[in-house]
Amino acid sequence: MNLITPEIGLIFWTGITFLILLFLLRKFAWKPILGAVEERDNKINAALNAAEEARKEIANLAAENEKLLNEARAEKDRIIADAKKTRETMISEAKAIADSEAKRMIETARASIENEKNAALTEVKNLVAGLSIDIAEKLLRKQFENNAEQQAFVKKHIEDIKLN
Amino acid sequence: MTITGIAAIGAGLAVIGAGMGIGRIGGSAMEAIARQPEAAGKIQTAMIIAAALIEGAALFAVVVALIK
Amino acid sequence: MLFSKFFRFNALSSLLFATLFLLSFTPSRASDAPASTDSTAKEEFNITEMILHHIADAHDWHLFDVTHEDGSVHAVSIPLPVILLTEGNLDVFLSSGFHHGHSTVKKADREYAYEHGHITELSGKKVLDFSITKNVASMLISVSLLLILFISAARSYANSVPTGLARFLEPLVLFVRDDIAIPNIGEAKYKKFLPYLLTVFFFIWINNLLGLVPSGANFTGNIAVTLTLAVMTMIITNINGTKTYWGHIFTPHVPKGLWIIMIPVELIGVISKPFALTVRLFANITAGHIIILSLISLIFVFKSVFIAPVSVGFVLFMSFLELLVAALQAYVFTLLSALFIGLALEEPHHDHDHAH
Repeated sequence: MNLITPEIGLIFWTGITFLILLFLLRKFAWKPILGAVEERDNKINAALNAAEEARKEIANLAAENEKLLNEARAEKDRIIADAKKTRETMISEAKAIADSEAKRMIETARASIENEKNAALTEVKNLVAGLSIDIAEKLLRKQFENNAEQQAFVKKHIEDIKLN
Repeated sequence: MTITGIAAIGAGLAVIGAGMGIGRIGGSAMEAIARQPEAAGKIQTAMIIAAALIEGAALFAVVVALIK
Repeated sequence: MLFSKFFRFNALSSLLFATLFLLSFTPSRASDAPASTDSTAKEEFNITEMILHHIADAHDWHLFDVTHEDGSVHAVSIPLPVILLTEGNLDVFLSSGFHHGHSTVKKADREYAYEHGHITELSGKKVLDFSITKNVASMLISVSLLLILFISAARSYANSVPTGLARFLEPLVLFVRDDIAIPNIGEAKYKKFLPYLLTVFFFIWINNLLGLVPSGANFTGNIAVTLTLAVMTMIITNINGTKTYWGHIFTPHVPKGLWIIMIPVELIGVISKPFALTVRLFANITAGHIIILSLISLIFVFKSVFIAPVSVGFVLFMSFLELLVAALQAYVFTLLSALFIGLALEEPHHDHDHAH
């Protein structure tokens, strides 16, 4: 029965055709299709990895930013604190300078006042002394008119001066 | 009874055997899937392979019946 | 979970349903067929002969019969080239020269006669028949279809985004890669065998489908074809066999005294695997065709037109089933090929598991 007797012609043609089909499809169909699919899979994987990487990067960046922000904040605080301190020191320095200047001026003023006073006193003394001499001269002149009285007067004056 | 008749009986017997065998495989596979639905894919593949092998044995019998 | 796996067949089933519409016309056209007992006038209808004629190969492509006014039936068919190798002489002519077996063809000193699909040389010389038969012609059509489909699909990958056809074919290709090749052969080595598995899968499937087309050839239901494919699997399996694989066959893990039994058993296993592949595909497809033809024959057996709806209903149901079988047998053939290749590639540690 020819149903289960393989025919040589059909085996020949099937074999040849199948091998040619295998060769052609492998070269022109399977290679490009599978290649493209694989490439796409790789691309997708790469994209997923890249996304993961980017996510990490962003997280890193955020952390970095936070750190920078914190640093900046600390810096600001520090600068402000410094400024405050500086201001205080400047104020206190200025105060001290002002104080000492004031003191110095007061001192100078006092010294000049003293000098003036002394000068005035000297002048007054000189004046008094001149006046006294004048008075004394006048008196002496009058006294010399009366010797005894002169004598007593001079004596008394001299005693007065001594007391002074 | 002619040779053809005997061959037909032989083919029928082969079908009974194969039918029972494949039926058992199908039943067991269903039970297995019911017990472990997550392994359904693997069980299906194994089921098809086993059924194909039994079918192969039955087909030998059919071919013998065809050779007169 | 069961369904999630099942949905991978989605792509498969969509093609099935597409072809179903084509197929729904089968019964009416196929019912022309029974009258095709060549051009002999009305004789008793012989089911066995009709069915065997339809599932067998032929040297012309029978389309339909014409009944003339005088009651004689004339077959209309496409003639195909006949290529014969007779004792070193190559003879090529068209099959129409035989006039469906009514006349002989003379070439030099050789005279050929045609009877029941066989060509004989009248003086008894040995004839090797390499004709482009109906099956070969059908195969050439299927091969052209495959080449057009897949090469045009592959073209659309050039700009990296596949379009149209490729989007439809890609899930099928990936199904073969991810559900057949990788699980059975392994991630490391599957690439070498994937082209063969893909080719054999689509080759069998498209030929199964073409076989279901009315007046199509029963190509994958021919044992010569399935034998050729199975032998290719066997060759690929054995030339890639590892040391462990051959060790299993020639030095099995049994006491040495049993080797005399085990080695022949293992060797039979080497032969019986492709034999099972051969017979499975052949018998499944042939059986499907026989059943459909038998159901149509019911109309002629009962000689009643009222049986036709029943017959057509059954044929329609069987055609649906055959569409499933067409895909399933292509899947099973490819799966088993992958499994056998995977077994031949086994590495020593696997072997160890078996020994215990």
